Amino acid sequence: MADSFLKSFKNIIKKSKNGFIINAENIAYKDLNRIIRELVKNDKDHTYFSEDSGRSEIIEIQKVLGQRYIGDGIQENIKIVLKGTPGNDLAAFMDGPQIEIFGNAQDASGNTMNSGKIIIHGNAGDITGYSMRGGEIYVRNDVGYRSGIHMKSYREKFPVIVIGGRAGDFLGEYMAGGIVIVLGLNTNDFCRSNSFIFKKNEAVGNFVGTGMHGGVIYIYGDIFENKLGKEIIKSELEGSDKAVLEKYISNYFNYFSLHYNLDYNKFIKLEPYSKRPYGNLYAY
Amino acid sequence: MALKLNQSEFEIHRDEQKCISCQVCVRQCSNDVHEYDEDNESIISDNIKCVGCQRCETLCPTGAIRIKQRESEFKYNYNWSPGHLKNIYKQAETGGVILTGMGSDKPYTIYWDHILFNASQVTNPSIDPLREPMEIKTFIGRKPDKIDLYKSSGKNMKNPVFLTNLGPQLEAEIPVLFSAMSYGSISLNAVKSISRAAYEFGTFYNTGEGGLHKDLKKYSESTIVQVASGRFGVDKDYLNSGAAIEIKIGQGAKPGIGGHLPGEKVNYEVSTTRMIPEGADAISPAPHHDIYSIEDLAQLISALKEATEYKKPVGVKVSAVHNIAPIASGIVRAGADFISIDGFRGGTGAAPQVIRDNVGIPIELALASVDIRLREEGIRHNISLLVAGSIRSSSDVIKAIALGADAVYIGTAALLALGCHLCQKCYTSKCNWGIATQDPYLTKRLNPEIGARRLYNLLTAWAHEIKEMLGGAGINAIESLRGNREHLRGIGLSEKELSILGIKHAGEAW
Repeated sequence: MADSFLKSFKNIIKKSKNGFIINAENIAYKDLNRIIRELVKNDKDHTYFSEDSGRSEIIEIQKVLGQRYIGDGIQENIKIVLKGTPGNDLAAFMDGPQIEIFGNAQDASGNTMNSGKIIIHGNAGDITGYSMRGGEIYVRNDVGYRSGIHMKSYREKFPVIVIGGRAGDFLGEYMAGGIVIVLGLNTNDFCRSNSFIFKKNEAVGNFVGTGMHGGVIYIYGDIFENKLGKEIIKSELEGSDKAVLEKYISNYFNYFSLHYNLDYNKFIKLEPYSKRPYGNLYAY
Repeated sequence: MALKLNQSEFEIHRDEQKCISCQVCVRQCSNDVHEYDEDNESIISDNIKCVGCQRCETLCPTGAIRIKQRESEFKYNYNWSPGHLKNIYKQAETGGVILTGMGSDKPYTIYWDHILFNASQVTNPSIDPLREPMEIKTFIGRKPDKIDLYKSSGKNMKNPVFLTNLGPQLEAEIPVLFSAMSYGSISLNAVKSISRAAYEFGTFYNTGEGGLHKDLKKYSESTIVQVASGRFGVDKDYLNSGAAIEIKIGQGAKPGIGGHLPGEKVNYEVSTTRMIPEGADAISPAPHHDIYSIEDLAQLISALKEATEYKKPVGVKVSAVHNIAPIASGIVRAGADFISIDGFRGGTGAAPQVIRDNVGIPIELALASVDIRLREEGIRHNISLLVAGSIRSSSDVIKAIALGADAVYIGTAALLALGCHLCQKCYTSKCNWGIATQDPYLTKRLNPEIGARRLYNLLTAWAHEIKEMLGGAGINAIESLRGNREHLRGIGLSEKELSILGIKHAGEAW
């Protein structure tokens, strides 16, 4: 059944040196996602997707045009390259793969993701990393509203979002764990202007960290207090923060081949006052 | 100011002649009501701490204790009830929201008690379920518009081949499932009792939004896993561990508001199951932030189906609110396989009293209006309808099915079978019956083997009663009763109520 399914799409699936190339033009999301699943499943002897994965084995999908749920629930250690614009819920419930998008991502990328990596060479939409428990998301440019909402860490699971550009309102709402880094880099205009970062207060929208009760948000350049949720305390970097930031920011620079000289003293750190923001809400 | 509330709700009557000072009551009470006075070799009881759970009364070996509602605690006033007064005193003292547990106890109309079921006489013989086959098995899931069979000629005609691609279905031996009650809100022993009973009887239980404990994975074929806004414990393995997935949008006791498990209840085991750090608050936001519309709901349904490769039914749980009929229509069109509707008398481990007692509508009216609306739109068969929110007996089950439900969820009834006495103090986490608590001293009072047996017994008893009532009405399969309103009659209801329920008044013939 599965083989006949794949055979029916043989015109659009080509073997490449280290994996497969799929032409997703005019392919509905259900079929596209099933193709990905079947390709991974059929490769039981790991001809293309090795378990110890140097991740050189790749499913490359070309002409992606809004197909939703790509990478949804996939647990195998594979790499998927997308050329075009994937639809909502990219990598939802994903647990392991690395997805690299040469284009923009839409809403809810990394929804409830458990582990893996998403690298977006463009912008990402709203609720990027919703309820993400582990893994990393790197966005070259900007993200929409409510990014990092309800992210939570758990033991070895530690979610990280690095946003190169700006973030919309309600960044890190209800955040319960993990790290969000906003660099506020004016990546698009760098060639044209002398200032490669946005002005103070422009890197993020309003209501940053509303309802936050765990985790850390780092923002490059200061922001005004009136943008912060009432649960948030703003401070300067402490001893171990710089090493953490350097690790993820160097990843960001490597993925997108960017090079900026950042002054780490300009980062601010946002944390919740309390892990129990609503502890005193109730009568006895 | 000496204004602290000091009116007790209960009076503890101890028959000193019967009391042997064995101190069972002292050891059993987590609220420290009873205290042994060594000097006088007697037991002193403090009325003000009593929550009326009747644990001491039940376990007293000599029957010396009686817990009574305290009378004439406030001067009688029809408008200003004792509840209003007490809440105002508490809030003036603390500035806090009043919490409560279990379903609303306010005297709104209970429509089940205004509906009567039919029986056969003369023209349509009744059936004896003890001697004749009686089918109450129920399939939950999307049903096809039509069924195609492979048409062949010759010998093969006797064995036509089923061509229709039927979506995934849950097969329940009884149209009664156990409601979503998370590990965290109730104890692991309570969840173990419920899951085991569901597994052994051949029905289903629902994890609630607190994740799936590793000890319960053996019952996975009887498990409905819930996905709520907090996404606690939700990963690929969790989704694959259940027989079905339920998206929780709302809960009958607290429509429109989120959940909040306080950090002190998040011990090691709860934290492991929910996949959050120990001691951290588990906050479920009021909305799913990826769902702001029916289209967004469709997206989450599809995302869950993609993640589980279309092998499991995906349902949506909503509270019964004013606009429930069009909402249900939207849920069908969003691609759900079942809808769970929770009426406003549904239980809760903790909810603001003001929400529980004032928001939502009764399940009977919600169910009837949804069933009628979906029929009018010609999409009723596309979905299974599960209802909850105070199903108290097998007769409520029968009436719900005749009003159009496929099956019911029971929560409070299941906890009652485990010993709950409805003291409504679940939110204190001091449950003396070992149900709504994580305190090991209390939870060990609930033996999961005995608990499972008691729940199994309850289902067995209800199954018999359902069959008796079906047989009496001349029906031999529960399918034939579904939405069969001619078997119902209202009593003491207005024209409007009858028209919403879609039933005739008692005394009106066919």
